[in-house]
Amino acid sequence: METIKLQKIFDAKIDRGDMIEPKDWMPDDYRKTLIRQISQHAHSEIVGMLPEGNWITRAPSLRRKMVLLAKVQDEGGHGLYLYSAAETMGISRDEMIEQLHSGKAKYSSIFNYPTLTWADMGAIGWLVDGAAIMNQVMLQKTSYGPYSRAMVRICKEESFHQRQGYEIMSVLAAGTPDQKAMAQDALNRFWWPSLMMFGPPDASSPNTAQSMRWKIKRETNDELRQKFVDRTVPQAEFIGLTVPDKDLKWNEAKQSYDWGTPDWEEFNNVIKGNGPCNKERLSARIKAHENGAWVREAAAAYAAKQQQKVAA
Amino acid sequence: MEKQLFNYLLRLSDSSLIIGHRLSEWCGHGPVLEEDIALTNISLDFVGRANSLYEYAGKVESKGRTEDDLAYLRNEREFFNNLLAEQPNGDFAQTILRQYLTDAFEIHFYEALAKSKDETLAGIAAKSLKEIQYHLRHSSSWMLRLGDGTQESNTRLQNALNEIYRFTGSLFETDENDTVLIAAGIAPNLSTIQHQWQKDVDTMLEKAMLKKPEKVWMQKGNLQGRHTEHLGYILAEMQSVHRAYPGVKW
Repeated sequence: METIKLQKIFDAKIDRGDMIEPKDWMPDDYRKTLIRQISQHAHSEIVGMLPEGNWITRAPSLRRKMVLLAKVQDEGGHGLYLYSAAETMGISRDEMIEQLHSGKAKYSSIFNYPTLTWADMGAIGWLVDGAAIMNQVMLQKTSYGPYSRAMVRICKEESFHQRQGYEIMSVLAAGTPDQKAMAQDALNRFWWPSLMMFGPPDASSPNTAQSMRWKIKRETNDELRQKFVDRTVPQAEFIGLTVPDKDLKWNEAKQSYDWGTPDWEEFNNVIKGNGPCNKERLSARIKAHENGAWVREAAAAYAAKQQQKVAA
Repeated sequence: MEKQLFNYLLRLSDSSLIIGHRLSEWCGHGPVLEEDIALTNISLDFVGRANSLYEYAGKVESKGRTEDDLAYLRNEREFFNNLLAEQPNGDFAQTILRQYLTDAFEIHFYEALAKSKDETLAGIAAKSLKEIQYHLRHSSSWMLRLGDGTQESNTRLQNALNEIYRFTGSLFETDENDTVLIAAGIAPNLSTIQHQWQKDVDTMLEKAMLKKPEKVWMQKGNLQGRHTEHLGYILAEMQSVHRAYPGVKW
């Protein structure tokens, strides 16, 4: 079939709101956009294990240690579903990992910020997972079938992550003055980076318009960001913490918050590799991969020997 | 008998917590994503078991100590975990070996403990046993892969064996505290279990093409709270936040 006709069938499916499946014809750019987005999402889950993994050995109670272990384990699992979803588009996990390590593929910049105190485990669950959920809930209706289905599974677990983070913050905020200060400090440090997780403003987001047309994205960066602010500010107030934005105020007419401007220069710099932990995060991933090379070789050699035995 | 049971519970829970802690150090650094997830999952089983055992220990002691008091507010000389559990992760071969040697012990130990006359302990053991079956499958399959994989993987596994085999004796340390509990049908007899363990381990070492270290002097002392130097650092890290803010809720 000629490309023009295939393109028409594809467009009609998108317009009707049908899912695109791996064996369907799709435009090259649609495939490229999705590979970029899904692999970036998978890498974010994997790199995201590091800042939280940093506190597992120091979690201040056994219950917190268990919950954090379970959460970080979930993230590894999410990485697996997402790598598999991306593989349906004809790229291998090895290629994706290679792109991460070479710097060609990105991951969420939020993980380039350090986790300095226990309260950061609360802030990450509450704010970072909270922001991720906004995106992921939308992506359950994304037009590519395997991605959408991965998101449905992931969303179920993410809401538990967000709740446990908020619970950590609530307990700290209601604790001693030292604990409350620790919680406020974590909110101060993670608030703006969390807002930046939604990506650049719509006006300067190169990919948004096309992704919206293809129904890969259903809401723009700015729409999701506003939703997040509207939902999170009352949660902060409820536990007695202050959102670090002097321009923040309720706008009665539009029934939502007005708020300040993120430091986009910082955002761009963190993306470029100048965040506080870019080097550490990437080198930790590369080191794990390199240190694991002999293990993967051994597993492959053993599997080959077993196959030979079966064949003999 | 409460005193003996309390001591016994601490030994079991400390061993679970410390190896669980060691495994959790792998989180985010595994050789392949599936193993990262598996090691974290196994770690979670151990910390979960420690939590149940400490909780019960607190009740048996009846001085109002919680599971967190027991885990976070005791010092090096008051921990009674086996010495194998606290050994460093080393490379993946050392972690797998430490795990296999532990799992091969626990599968028999917890099976026997599930028949304990102490119902609470038997219940915790029965739940753990299901997890241990999975742990043993996991570590055994890696013992074979690494042992019969490449020359490098075999060498690494052999080096690990030479390095940490001397701590396996501490899995079977026993004293008069145990004698009382064995007589009461609460604790299993470790000498039977040691026999089963040795048989399984010898078979595995042969299958994995490893040479069992000979004339090994076994390191002991954990029942008196004498450890290797590693434990102090584990506790310093693990207890740091909890101890920096005494008496607060988390």
